[in-house]
Amino acid sequence: MANRHEILEKNSILLSVAILVVVAVGGLVEIVPLYYLKSTIEKVEGVRPYSPLELAGRNIYIREGCYNCHSQMIRPLRDEIERYGHFSLAAESMYDHPFQWGSKRTGPDLARIGGKYSDEWHREHLKAPRNLVPESVMPGYPFLATASLEVPNIKGHLETNAIVGVPYTADQIENAEADLAIQANPEADGVDAFLERYPKAVVRDFDGNPNEVTEMDALLAYLQMLGTLVDFSTYSYEDQANMR
Amino acid sequence: MYEDLASFAQTWGLVYFVILFAAVLVYALWPSNGKRFRDAARIPLRED
Amino acid sequence: MARSAEAKKLTLEEGFYAAFLAVLALLCLVIAGKAVDQVMAFHAAVGVVFAALGVFLVFRGYSARSGNPPREIDGRPNYNYGPIKFAVIAALFWGVAGFLVGDYIAWELAFPALNLDFPLTNFGRLRPLHTSAVIFAFGGNVLLATSFYVVQRTSQARMPGIVTPWFVILGYNAFIVIAGTGYLLGVTQSKEYAEPEWYADLWLTVVWVVYLLVYLATLWRRKDSHIYVANWFYLAFIITIAMLHLGNNVTVPVSMFGSKSYIAWAGVQDAMTQWWYGHNAVGFFLTSGFLAIMYYFIPKRVNRPVYSYRLSIVHFWALTFVYIWAGPHHLHYTALPQWASTLGMVFSIVLWMPSWGGMINGLMTLSGAWDKLRTDPVVRMLVVSVAFYGMSTFEGPMMSIRAVNQLSHYTDWTIGHVHSGALGWVGFISFGAIYCLVPWLWGRKAVYSLKLVSWHFWVATIGIVLYITAMWVSGILQGLMWRAYTSLGFLEYSFIETVAAMHPFYVIRAIGGILFLLGALIMVYNVYMTIRHGEAEEPSTAAARPVAAE
Repeated sequence: MANRHEILEKNSILLSVAILVVVAVGGLVEIVPLYYLKSTIEKVEGVRPYSPLELAGRNIYIREGCYNCHSQMIRPLRDEIERYGHFSLAAESMYDHPFQWGSKRTGPDLARIGGKYSDEWHREHLKAPRNLVPESVMPGYPFLATASLEVPNIKGHLETNAIVGVPYTADQIENAEADLAIQANPEADGVDAFLERYPKAVVRDFDGNPNEVTEMDALLAYLQMLGTLVDFSTYSYEDQANMR
Repeated sequence: MYEDLASFAQTWGLVYFVILFAAVLVYALWPSNGKRFRDAARIPLRED
Repeated sequence: MARSAEAKKLTLEEGFYAAFLAVLALLCLVIAGKAVDQVMAFHAAVGVVFAALGVFLVFRGYSARSGNPPREIDGRPNYNYGPIKFAVIAALFWGVAGFLVGDYIAWELAFPALNLDFPLTNFGRLRPLHTSAVIFAFGGNVLLATSFYVVQRTSQARMPGIVTPWFVILGYNAFIVIAGTGYLLGVTQSKEYAEPEWYADLWLTVVWVVYLLVYLATLWRRKDSHIYVANWFYLAFIITIAMLHLGNNVTVPVSMFGSKSYIAWAGVQDAMTQWWYGHNAVGFFLTSGFLAIMYYFIPKRVNRPVYSYRLSIVHFWALTFVYIWAGPHHLHYTALPQWASTLGMVFSIVLWMPSWGGMINGLMTLSGAWDKLRTDPVVRMLVVSVAFYGMSTFEGPMMSIRAVNQLSHYTDWTIGHVHSGALGWVGFISFGAIYCLVPWLWGRKAVYSLKLVSWHFWVATIGIVLYITAMWVSGILQGLMWRAYTSLGFLEYSFIETVAAMHPFYVIRAIGGILFLLGALIMVYNVYMTIRHGEAEEPSTAAARPVAAE
């Protein structure tokens, strides 16, 4: 009896192992090659890690759940390219931990929103969307402009990103704290060095309030750089390496 | 590398699924298993 | 007296949980003290309270019991129903809360002023609260309750442990509280259906491993050599969710004392991993687990064995090995390589077959008892849920075809599809199971009022129909408007025009949601009356729990 019981126990273990083996295969086949096939991510110029202020803004974007209504993935379809710009490349999100491609467009795609509207437009729109776009169903975010940006240990954020594979340099990590403030203050010392660390970054007083760095500054720094990094003159879809 | 992987998946992947499916079918339809399955189907209905 | 004093000892198990929870409380206290952000401080404080409460409950349970609960009484299994009862009540609570939040955000989309311009009430923070509350809190508690019931009854054995089953149920609900409050306070990984941050994920992992062990250990006590097929589906659910949870949540916290972490995967790989997780949360949480309910509760309620046990075996293995591949259909035309999205599409279409095999198996179980559809509204609920399952598992493969997905992706069509599965299939089979379970667990003859069950059924069904038809129309309309061109070759509509066109459908959807919520409230009243005032089973028939509800 005891012996028979033991066999039964093994059967449920056997069943469990069989289930695990069967369900493991699909994920392995679909995910692992993405790390080894070179063609997964195109070779393009321009994509760099986020500046500290952009990263802080990205975290606010995540915190407020913007991804629930806005995609950041333009599909290679005629209407999307005409509406939003060049279709999104894998390379453009290769430093995104986590990705923000989204799954729903209650609002428009934001993959190339950077530079399309002025800071002032964004500020007013985020505070009270329907003042600018009467039919909009977007929530208002007036609290962003009054909340001063608090990121305890931004250096730690860069270091953690480096651990998971973002190529932050020692120089970038060392200056993280200072860079956070510099990007929102064009008058600051060290703007040139900052721009060398983060090419194409926008240095502006995004929120129009020179007295403090707010969450609005951070979010706009992020929005205004979205989709602006890739140098499309160096990218060719027909290139064999980029066919997928 | 892509071509190699693709052709491997397109041949041996298919074989893997056919074998797996055939094995399940054989187990489920094997005549002598019928009585056990009929008994098993009544497990929830047995009073205790 | 002497005997019970002798039989009663603090078991190793109780001692272990008391010690473990005490250490956990201490650890949370340290984290609360050193927390670098407010949410972490808050959650650590919640952790202290919960863990301390756990220690208290262990000792209170010890002082309240008169001895070790016997496995059998008079040769019949002494089933452990306490934790199951708690999970049923929790499911009702979270269900109503989740439906309420869902309907509120539906009204927000129709009338955005309802967002109140306040962080806690913004759509972006409430939407994950809604999805987690209905999937993991409501659905999860239904799965915990039914799985513990089914595994004990089909094994004819009591689950092992005194504290352990309670640890699983209460620990899981503690996870829900941490996750839900986190969303409101802005703590999220932003991975859909996997939003909780690293510390909540760690806690869930502990609870889940214990869940798997209790489940297996109960199976090991079974009297029949064969493991009933419902248990296969539950096992697939438990094991696969464990694998997905671990794979999709590999994160590095910025600080052990902070809530923020960064996921190990990036960009395209992260997207693939996320939808491998996301689609299989549908496949193994919302499908496998609830199919297990179908395979136990429908035969039990109509008092006849499942239509074809052979088909159920083929159904199980085919579903298990096909479903796991379907994830990439969420990423058609994205930067994901085409070979991956093609794989996802092919397997999604293949998936139609096992899904319908299962549906046929569930429906045909009624053959020879079709009159029960008319006489027993609980059976009607269970059967209509299977019909909805059939409908959404036809729609799903269709939407996974690239050409269809091109139109449907990013639109409300997806939302409508999800809800035909979620409200129709998962919701109704859960309600049906709850209507069966409550009288069985509390020893009542039947549900307090079958008439109210019927009301619940019709009100909710009309709600679902309003919901999904509104989303079909709005989804397809918006998809077509986005790609409409004028005769001169310009895009015909600006984005905001397509948003404005959605308004009437958002209102209809929100009204459908109210009806669904109303149905759930009817159920809560019915369950309350069943427990409080239901007619007790006659002692002589207590052994043979009546199945039909005459």
